[in-house]
Amino acid sequence: MQDRKKILGIIFSNMHDEMLRELTEKRTMASVPFGGRYRFIDFTLSSLVNSNIQSVGVITKSNYQSLMDHLGSGREWDLARKREGLYILPPFGNAGVSGIYRGRIEALAGIMGFIKHSDARYVVLADCDTICNYNIKTILNEHIEKEAEITAVYQRKELNAQNCRDATVFSCNESGRITDVMINPGIQGECNVSLNLMIMEKALLERLVTENMSRNLFSMEKDVLQAKASAMRLYGYEYKGFCAKIDSMRDYFDANMMMLNKEVRDELFINNGPIYTKVRDDMPAKYGLNSKVTNSLIADGCMIEGEVENSVLFRGVTVGKGAKISNSIIMQDTSIGEKSVLNYCITDKDVTIKDNRMLMGYLSYPVFISKASVV
Amino acid sequence: MIRKKEWIAMLLAGGQGSRLHVLTKNLAKPAVPYGGKYRIIDFTLSNCVNSGIDTVGILTQYQPLELNEYIGNGQPWDLDRSHGGVHVLSPYQKATGSDWYRGTANAIYQNIHFIEGYDPEYIAVLSGDHIYKMNYEKMLDFHKAKNADCTIAVITVPWEEASRFGIIAADEDSRIFEFAEKPQKPKSNLASMGVYIFSWKKLKKYLEENERDQNASKDFGKDIIPAMLADGQKLVAYPFEGYWKDVGTIDSLWEANMDLLDPKVPLELHDPSWKIYARNPVMPPHYVGEEANVQNAMIAEGCNIFGTVDFSVLFAGVTIEKGAVVRDSIIMPGTVIKSGAVVQYAIVAEDVIIGENCVVGMRPEQVENKDDWGIAVIGAGAKLKAGSVVKPKQMIDADRQEE
Repeated sequence: MQDRKKILGIIFSNMHDEMLRELTEKRTMASVPFGGRYRFIDFTLSSLVNSNIQSVGVITKSNYQSLMDHLGSGREWDLARKREGLYILPPFGNAGVSGIYRGRIEALAGIMGFIKHSDARYVVLADCDTICNYNIKTILNEHIEKEAEITAVYQRKELNAQNCRDATVFSCNESGRITDVMINPGIQGECNVSLNLMIMEKALLERLVTENMSRNLFSMEKDVLQAKASAMRLYGYEYKGFCAKIDSMRDYFDANMMMLNKEVRDELFINNGPIYTKVRDDMPAKYGLNSKVTNSLIADGCMIEGEVENSVLFRGVTVGKGAKISNSIIMQDTSIGEKSVLNYCITDKDVTIKDNRMLMGYLSYPVFISKASVV
Repeated sequence: MIRKKEWIAMLLAGGQGSRLHVLTKNLAKPAVPYGGKYRIIDFTLSNCVNSGIDTVGILTQYQPLELNEYIGNGQPWDLDRSHGGVHVLSPYQKATGSDWYRGTANAIYQNIHFIEGYDPEYIAVLSGDHIYKMNYEKMLDFHKAKNADCTIAVITVPWEEASRFGIIAADEDSRIFEFAEKPQKPKSNLASMGVYIFSWKKLKKYLEENERDQNASKDFGKDIIPAMLADGQKLVAYPFEGYWKDVGTIDSLWEANMDLLDPKVPLELHDPSWKIYARNPVMPPHYVGEEANVQNAMIAEGCNIFGTVDFSVLFAGVTIEKGAVVRDSIIMPGTVIKSGAVVQYAIVAEDVIIGENCVVGMRPEQVENKDDWGIAVIGAGAKLKAGSVVKPKQMIDADRQEE
């Protein structure tokens, strides 16, 4: 029997890249490392899989080598299937179109064949800048109940000078209907901030894409949500669970530090189903004599002989004797020499910090050390 | 049509491991957890894959359920192949009757059809009970260079322990002239590691002969090797140097885990060129809390540590509450140690709950009579009420609730 509520997932892997410029220089937003062993896309992809979605397309644009490497055949998400599963959709260039899209609508136009081929009734569009573990089924149920044409998910969030650069804000009436859409309004205070997660019938999406492309309109926010707010039944769904939307390096830093909270970890990693990621087959973390670790998240393969506090250590990090790491995010395979001191630092993958180095940032401005640097 | 393979491996995983008591009550010995994220069989399986063997038959018959599920399609070891790969071989019914595996040689004999399906030149017969990293490909090269019929891997053991092993005496050209299973007066201290390479045609002949002998015990060490020696076949000893440990007893399982914390022990798990593969838990990194104190430990994903951990190995998803102390112990997946509990010199199996202020095990120096001291063991799924005391050497079985 055909599943009347079958959903097709589409993930945009390159949206908002410029918001984390340091981290997305050599990778997509989707493949930014997070939380000791994950990449951003793991949260979106696992949410979809935990919501029992069998077919997911990932739209790529540029720098997507690391993403391809991470996703592989989709086996870790149980998406390596004969029927459906994971589809990586690289830019499709031909004589007329360069393949590099200018907005969501144009990106979707490039994968129209993939969308049309699916037998799902609904389609969910998601980005990779949110750290959460949501269930699409509950959102779909509300979508059906309200007879909405498009349901867009938002979160109540405090906007400040830093994170309002990339925010779409909804105004909703009491029934939840979206009455106004503001794109990067530059306002501050608590708002209904879009999580760039929306659901609609696939047939509607196909129509909207064709219609907008014929008028050379390619922005989902401007040309669909904003332009049709009054003409269509647009509803907002407030997501009340844990969700960290990453719009700046500060957000990135804070969200990593939130992982040190057990309630947050339980909600994100356990209660709503697991977050899957690529496995690495490393040994469990090893603690040496006189190691001292407090309030930190430590991944497999780490070897700790020094001190670590209030930090997140990714897989395969080594901390030498007498070193002290505080308030830092240390990515995969970073090696920290003896007696080095790091405070408020973010080191990208494969960084080497030699012995007796001292690096100090500040909460509002963590020091960032780019991939494979030697200090 | 048969597509030929140069060699395949047969892994003997049928043993009950009765000396591990409650730990193997519902679990085959090769599936016993080891080293924070592994199971014993991961070492042999990873050795196979890293040595270039892509076809492995695993012979099971004792409590195979969890082992079968763990092996699955072999994907974690890269053994999900379209030709070959890993196969779990349990005893099955045949037209001429059915039988359990009666000894190691009989187990291979009953699967001759499986082996012949790959028409191998050589066959590696391995046991799934040991912790070691070994390149079988080098051993195969040795087997070929010596033009041998059978090559047995050997390791030098202390003289005083030699009577626990199959002892081999070989000449300076490595040729074996005597094999004695657990001899009372060993003539050498070269022990068989239970790792054999045979030229398949030879082995097949001896298996068939052994099968016809009604009185034979159908065992490699007792029948096949002595028969080949008696016939003047060429058996050679391949010397292995490095870490090798049988984890067949509570004490040796405990020691083998503790060896991982000793920087002097040559068993490196963090070795990109010789990875030990295992099924990975889907869990976040482990968390070490504000007042926690962790030293000399190995800790897997998903743990939450708020207490003290010293000289211990913690498997995935273990919780150590505030004020709890774990020393010189092995805590298997999903176990919770509640606040105020003290666990010392103990092996605690999966999904156990140790209640508040429980005392499990003791340090050897705290015990007056040394004979009363030993590792305390808590079986899988046991729930200890708050304040319970488990003495050294004591074993708690989940089905027999604690006294």
